[in-house]
Amino acid sequence: MKKLIIALAASAAVLGGMSGAAQAQEKTKVCFIYVGPKTDGGWTQAHDIGRMALEKAMGDKIETAFLENVPEGPDAERAIERMARSNCAMIYTTSFGFMDATMKVAAKFPKVKFEHATGFKSADNVATYNARFYEGRYIQGQIAAKMSKKGLAGYIASFPIPEVVMGINAFELGAKSVNPDFKIKVVWANTWADPGKEADAAKALVDQGVDILTQHTDTTAPIQVAAERGIMAFGQASDMIAAGPKTQLTAIVDTWGPYYIKRTKAALDGSWKSEQIWDGLKDGILTMAPYTNMPDDVKAMAEETEAKIKSGELHPFTGPINKQDGSEWLKAGEKSDDKTLLGMNFYVEGVDDKLPK
Amino acid sequence: MFEAILLTVMTAATPLVIAAMGELVAERSGVLNLGVEGMMIMGAVCAFATAHMTGSPYLGVLAGIGGGALFSLLFGFLTLTLVTNQVATGLALTILGLGVSGQLGESFVGLAGTKLQPITIPVLSDIPFIGRVLFAQDLIFYLSIALIIGVNWFLFKSRTGLKMRAIGDNHGSAHALGINVVRTRYLAVLFGGACAGLAGAQLSLVYTPQWVENMSAGRGWIALALVVFASWRPWRILAGGYLFGAVTIGQLHAQAFGVGIPSQFLSALPYAATIVVLVIISHNRRTTLINTPASLGKPFVPDR
Repeated sequence: MKKLIIALAASAAVLGGMSGAAQAQEKTKVCFIYVGPKTDGGWTQAHDIGRMALEKAMGDKIETAFLENVPEGPDAERAIERMARSNCAMIYTTSFGFMDATMKVAAKFPKVKFEHATGFKSADNVATYNARFYEGRYIQGQIAAKMSKKGLAGYIASFPIPEVVMGINAFELGAKSVNPDFKIKVVWANTWADPGKEADAAKALVDQGVDILTQHTDTTAPIQVAAERGIMAFGQASDMIAAGPKTQLTAIVDTWGPYYIKRTKAALDGSWKSEQIWDGLKDGILTMAPYTNMPDDVKAMAEETEAKIKSGELHPFTGPINKQDGSEWLKAGEKSDDKTLLGMNFYVEGVDDKLPK
Repeated sequence: MFEAILLTVMTAATPLVIAAMGELVAERSGVLNLGVEGMMIMGAVCAFATAHMTGSPYLGVLAGIGGGALFSLLFGFLTLTLVTNQVATGLALTILGLGVSGQLGESFVGLAGTKLQPITIPVLSDIPFIGRVLFAQDLIFYLSIALIIGVNWFLFKSRTGLKMRAIGDNHGSAHALGINVVRTRYLAVLFGGACAGLAGAQLSLVYTPQWVENMSAGRGWIALALVVFASWRPWRILAGGYLFGAVTIGQLHAQAFGVGIPSQFLSALPYAATIVVLVIISHNRRTTLINTPASLGKPFVPDR
C-alpha cells in the first residue's frame, strides 16, 4: 500500500512537472529573490510592488515567481540556483549581499539573464541596477536642518556598506547647505529589520538630545518612537506616513515597477544587454513622499531642490567638500564620480561618528 | 537621562525574562523546548491581530498567551505523546511558527498598532525616581515580576513544584513513586508556551506596537540561553535578562555618545558578556551539575 502511494505521488509529480514545463513555453518566467518578507513595509515590499506592477503590465506574456526571506550568504546561492533550474528566464536578486552568489550562479547558467540590485559586479548575463537614493537623502538633510532646533539629527544605520555611508554623507551635506554647523549622530543597529532594536536605537538617540530622526533600516519602529517622543522623522524605502501621520516629514519611496517593466520587455524582444544602471529622481526610480508636517517655506525649498536635482543643475556631491578629518576631498565645483560614490568608505566633515571598518 | 536609559532597558529585558521563565519551568520538568522563538512570534501575531480587530490591547494580551500555549500543545503532543526527539521537534516548532505567523499576519503589516498603556499605581508612583520607574509601567511588566516571585515560590516552596523538580531530575523514579510524569510535563510545556506567547504580546503591543514578520528577531534564542545562564534559578533570570538588556541598550548609547569603539564590537558585547558569565558560572562543575535537571531532553515512555 505504501509503495503504491509513493508510486502515485511520483507520477503525479512527473505530470505536474510536465504541465509546468508546457506552461513555461507559453509564458516567460521572471523570478525575484528577496532578502526580507515581502510585507516588510520597506525595502522588500517596494520590490514586490514592482513585481506586481510588472505582472499587471505584462501578465499576458510573462509569469513571476519569488522567494522571500533568503538570507545573504551561502543560502542565497542555493536559492538563486533553484530559481535558475526552475526555468526562470530572468532573475532579479534584490539585495546587496546577494552579489557574489548571483555571480556564481550566473556563471553556471549563461542563458539566464540576471539583474542584481545595488551591487558593483557584472558579467555578460549579469546587469546591475540601483537608484540614486542619496538624492533623496540630500533633500531630507536640508529639511532636517530647517526643522531641527538643536541642529542635531539622529541617524539609525544598518551596516557600514557604501550605500549606507553615501546616504549619511548626502544627508549631512544637505543639512550643511542650510546650517553649516549641523551635526548628525549615527547609531549602527547592525540589522536591516528588527523593530525592537531599531526602536531602542531611536530611543537612545532621542535621549541623547537629537530632535530629528532618520533611518536606513526597514521597519517603521523608529517613526513610532519619534511620534511618541514628539519629534520629527523621515520614512525609508516606502511611504511610512501611517506610522506617524504627524511625524513623517517625507520619505524616500523606491519605485521599481517601471524599471522592471522596461528591462523585462527588453529581455523579451532580444534587446537586453548587461548594463550598470544607476537611475535617480529624474527617472522616477525613487520618488519623494508628499512633504508634510512642515511650514510652507521649508516645503518650497524642498521642492525647489528636488527640481534642481531632476534637471541636473544640482549634484549633491559637489565640492568644496572635506572629509571627516578635515582633509580636502573635492575642490570647489568638482563633482564626485560614480565610482567613488559606489565604493564610499569615508565620512564627510560634520558626521559625529567613527566609521566602522 | 539615567531614568530614560533604565526605562528602555526594562522594555528590552521584559520579553526575555518572561519567555525565559516559561522555558525554565518546562526544563525543570525535564522538557527541552527549543521552540521558544516560534511560540513567541505566534504570541506576537495573535496579540497584534486581536488588539487590532477588537481595539482592546488587553484582549490582545490574552490572545497572545492563548496563541503561544496552543502552539506549545503541538510540541507537547509530538514529544510527550508520540515521544519524538525534543531537539528536532523544538527546532521544527520555531521554523513552523515563523512561517505560520508570517502567513497569519500578512494582512496586518503596516497597520497602526494598539499600545498597551501604562497603569500608574497611585501613591507609590509618586515616590521620586523609583515611583516612575517601577510603578508606572504596563501590565506585562508587572506580570513579569509576579511570574518570577510565583515561579520561585512554586518550584521551591510548594509540594507540586517539588514533584515537578523530581520528574525533571529522574522521571523513572518519579513515575515509580506514582507521579504522573506525562501530565505534569504537558502542563509545564503549556506554561512555557503561555509565557512565550505573553513575551510575544509584549513585543507587538508594548515594545513596538506593530506587526512585522520575524519581529521576535532571535529573542526566543536569547531567552533559551538565559535559562542556562541562570542555572535554572528564577531570580538569576531577572539578573541575566536585565544585564543583557543593559549591555544592549548601553552599547547603543555608547555609539550615540561617540566613544569611538567599532560598532560591530559593541553589538557583539551583550553576547560576549553572556559567554563570560556562563564561563564563570560553570567554573564550579559540581554546582552546575546539581542545578541541571538530570532528565532534561530525555524521552520518557511509561512502562506499564
